[in-house]
Amino acid sequence: MSSIKRLSTPLTDEAVLSLKMGDDVLISGVIYTGRDAAHKRLFDILQAGGELPVDLRGQIIYYVGPAPAKPGHAIGPAGPTTSYRMDAYTPRLLEYGLKGMIGKGNRSHEVIEAIKKYKAVYFAAIGGAAALIAKSIHKAEVVAYDDLGPEAIRRLEVVDFPAVVINDCMGNDLYVEGERRFKL
Amino acid sequence: MREIDVRDITKIVARLCIESNYFATDDLVKATEESILKEESPAGRAALEKIRENQKIAAAEELAICQDTGVAVVFIEAGQDAHFIGGDLEQSIHEGVRQGYRDGYLRKSVVEDPLRRKNTGDNTPAVIHIRIVPGDKVKITIAPKGGGSENMSTVKMFAPSAGREGIIKFVVDWVKQAGANPCPPTVVGVGIGGTFEKVAMLAKMALLRPIGQPNPDPFYADMEKEILQKINALGIGPQGFGGRITSFAVHIETHPCHIASLPAAINMNCHVSRHQSFIL
Ligand code: SF4
Repeated sequence: MSSIKRLSTPLTDEAVLSLKMGDDVLISGVIYTGRDAAHKRLFDILQAGGELPVDLRGQIIYYVGPAPAKPGHAIGPAGPTTSYRMDAYTPRLLEYGLKGMIGKGNRSHEVIEAIKKYKAVYFAAIGGAAALIAKSIHKAEVVAYDDLGPEAIRRLEVVDFPAVVINDCMGNDLYVEGERRFKL
Repeated sequence: MREIDVRDITKIVARLCIESNYFATDDLVKATEESILKEESPAGRAALEKIRENQKIAAAEELAICQDTGVAVVFIEAGQDAHFIGGDLEQSIHEGVRQGYRDGYLRKSVVEDPLRRKNTGDNTPAVIHIRIVPGDKVKITIAPKGGGSENMSTVKMFAPSAGREGIIKFVVDWVKQAGANPCPPTVVGVGIGGTFEKVAMLAKMALLRPIGQPNPDPFYADMEKEILQKINALGIGPQGFGGRITSFAVHIETHPCHIASLPAAINMNCHVSRHQSFIL
């Protein structure tokens, strides 16, 4: 546990395979935001056999609905939202080629199986550390679903975005393992 | 009779919305710093250090500690000898929330209908609780409440036979299944007694107490300690990464109840335990 790894996006299979539960990572490059409402739309398009408004193959989705940016800031405070609300849509997105997700809280059995099957990774960012996380986001622009306000899909340029590997593609789960190690 | 202009209430509400979202209270800072010293898990300690660092950045740069700036829950304790002038009291509170969330660059997280789900765009309406108390002062408290921790709350109507042990098990099991979702370390508000609606309110009020201040009744203070100890033995730890500090504190509030009932409620607060008050 706890060697800091630097990652850049899009994620290669090689990078994904090298990640282990509990790794501290710093992510740089482009990541995309998406929450419940955007996920539902993406899922519906994939189910209908259509084209997504953004190419998410190899990419990371960050589950976040940022606060408004103050003048001079690229983005407002931007910590993760709870991931289970995306669980119903996630296996389909992983099948399509999404490689990473950043959120908080545990995932369903189906999602964890899909992470293994499609060689992907689930990271947690520190829930509530929104002002700190925003410092690693240097540019933000809405690229789809503007009508969803804070829930629109944004393209974020990040440098050293801090996250922790929860579910690696070998099927390990830090939420289960961490609790087991520290249970009295 | 003392006159209070509701336009002053608007200004205070706006200010408290902003301050409660930007500035971690002293009790929260203290709880965070003490936890850093106590936490045995490296991943848990690293998470706590980031949480503390985030509090510092938010305060220094006047930014929201968390992007989920919540529903504005507003408690008014109005002295019965005060007379409100200049408009509608509840409207003046909503207006304060509207201004505070706009001017403070806080997120608008309220939908106008629970099933049709269109954002109101200004974070109104607030959830308002008004109580009439003796005197001529007005105490205004704002407690913005995020979705992540609020969703991990519950009410249960027990048979009285469940007793002390039944309630302890209920709380510990609940915190265990909530896991990392409510952004631990949490503050766990527990209501016991009253009626179905009263007990939920007790759990909410329990979150307004300074973190770790025990219940004045030694019986309940002891129960708070026991529950906290059991929760922190679960191993969930900060952010669910594994560790000792799953909760900062457990606060119990009680009320007399029916001979046939034992209502219990849990309202969870995350490590961004926000509330600010002002007495007018
Ligand atoms: S639970 Fe609290 S800290 Fe976590 S995202 Fe919600 S408001 Fe923020």
